[in-house]
Amino acid sequence: MTESGKEHPAVETGPPPARGRLVGTFLKYSPLLLLALLWEGVVQLGLVSRDLLPSLSEVLKAAWNLAREGDLWQNGLSSAYRGAAGLALAIVVGGSLGIAMAWWRPVDAFMGPLVEALYPLPKSALIPVTVLWLGFGDGSKILLIFLGCMIPVTIGAYNGARSCEQALVWSARSLGASRLRVLRDVVVPSALPELLNGIRTALALTFVLLVSSELIVSRSGLGYLIGFLGEGGIYDAMFAVVLVVAFMGFFADRLYQLFVRRVLAWRE
Amino acid sequence: MFMFDSRAAPVKQQIVIDSVSHRYRPARGRAVLALEDVSLEIAPQEFVALLGPSGCGKSTLLYLVGGFLPVEKGSIRVEGAPVAAPGPDRGIVFQHFALFPWKTVRANVRYGLEKMGLAREEQERRAQGYIDLVGLKGFEESFPSQLSGGMKQRAALARTLAVEPKMLLMDEPFGALDAQTRSLMQSELLALWQKTQKTVVFVTHDVQEAVLLAQRVVVMSARPGRVKAIVPIELDKTDPHLFRSPAFAAKVDEIWSLVREEALKAQ
Repeated sequence: MTESGKEHPAVETGPPPARGRLVGTFLKYSPLLLLALLWEGVVQLGLVSRDLLPSLSEVLKAAWNLAREGDLWQNGLSSAYRGAAGLALAIVVGGSLGIAMAWWRPVDAFMGPLVEALYPLPKSALIPVTVLWLGFGDGSKILLIFLGCMIPVTIGAYNGARSCEQALVWSARSLGASRLRVLRDVVVPSALPELLNGIRTALALTFVLLVSSELIVSRSGLGYLIGFLGEGGIYDAMFAVVLVVAFMGFFADRLYQLFVRRVLAWRE
Repeated sequence: MFMFDSRAAPVKQQIVIDSVSHRYRPARGRAVLALEDVSLEIAPQEFVALLGPSGCGKSTLLYLVGGFLPVEKGSIRVEGAPVAAPGPDRGIVFQHFALFPWKTVRANVRYGLEKMGLAREEQERRAQGYIDLVGLKGFEESFPSQLSGGMKQRAALARTLAVEPKMLLMDEPFGALDAQTRSLMQSELLALWQKTQKTVVFVTHDVQEAVLLAQRVVVMSARPGRVKAIVPIELDKTDPHLFRSPAFAAKVDEIWSLVREEALKAQ
């Protein structure tokens, strides 16, 4: 049996050479490049009014100015703080709650209906409520993101922990692990794939809730900046911030997926 | 002093199962009587096979001995003490290996040693010893998903053996393996048992496997599981051509006729 590794000559499975990968990435995102060219083209050719859609080059210039004058950083940091705090809270509380619900029946009986009731509620409906409770500052945004993101994280952790194989729990027990140790050593790692999936959903939701709450009730943040610039008719700058938010969401998701692939490397 | 005679007497039987019944309650649907009034005694260093059609409760009986399920009716004593919880004295091996998929082979084998509180170097030394024993040298850093079925079961066996249990509870351990690997693993298990003289309780539905490995075959009836017959196997287990001998064939026939009725009932 030990020679079975040698029976199959190594198939090329490693990462492709750097240049090949670069070309691959370029090809993958070429539709985006095409869209950018199209955007610039239709505005430059006058097919679309500049009042409705400033050209991409104008938008990029406005982004540069916003960055240079510091507005982008100030508001970006403010948004990042709110998003990170809300999401982190949701991961800690939601993850623990989901696993506790899967492990202890009474917790499930008590919390299950609450989670189910909260699930279909459009979280943006809570914006006025969170403002009423915590005012216009960071607190209300963090609470909103926490409440909204907790649900997918809880459900992911719950389903993941429920899918934990009985035989794994029993193996750990017979190898001398206490029940509580099994929770840490077996149930949590078993829940990880689904939990990480839930967190990815929560990450996307964070951006939705962040920007919409800042747009409606805030005096700082990227969402606020979009609203402020829009009302002032400074459309190229407004588009610039929208673009920045879109890229932030995209990179956050990419980065997160890289992280997940690392953590779940054992799945092959 | 004679009052204490019964306590002072040496424990002859290692596992004593006395009039055990077990009701299985699925999450949905009605409770099923899985075992009814099962009594069985297993001596130290004995190799016993629990044989029966699927659903006869043979695995349930094993899980009860393992302490994974609560004994509700009757009693099970291991070395004189009632079974209350799983413990490292009774090592378990499952059909689908139950390796921790997020741990490497080495980390899997080391898991029980960590729980024993051994020093790190001792853990490493012992883990390596058992990895070598089951023939997984060179695969220490592999994850279970990178191993074949046979290698996974070897890793699981190493993990169980590493904590040096007195008893091995094996739940159809070779049931998920291909025929060649199964046959190989059977002879390796036999050699291991002869070398270490552990008590083995081996659940299977394969008559040949039971006759090949066990000293006694406990034939169980279809649901609810009862002990239908206990057949001693007095064959020379060291004979590499055992399975081609007439005595082997006769034993298989004898047991197969017992199992056959039950298998038909279970259909």
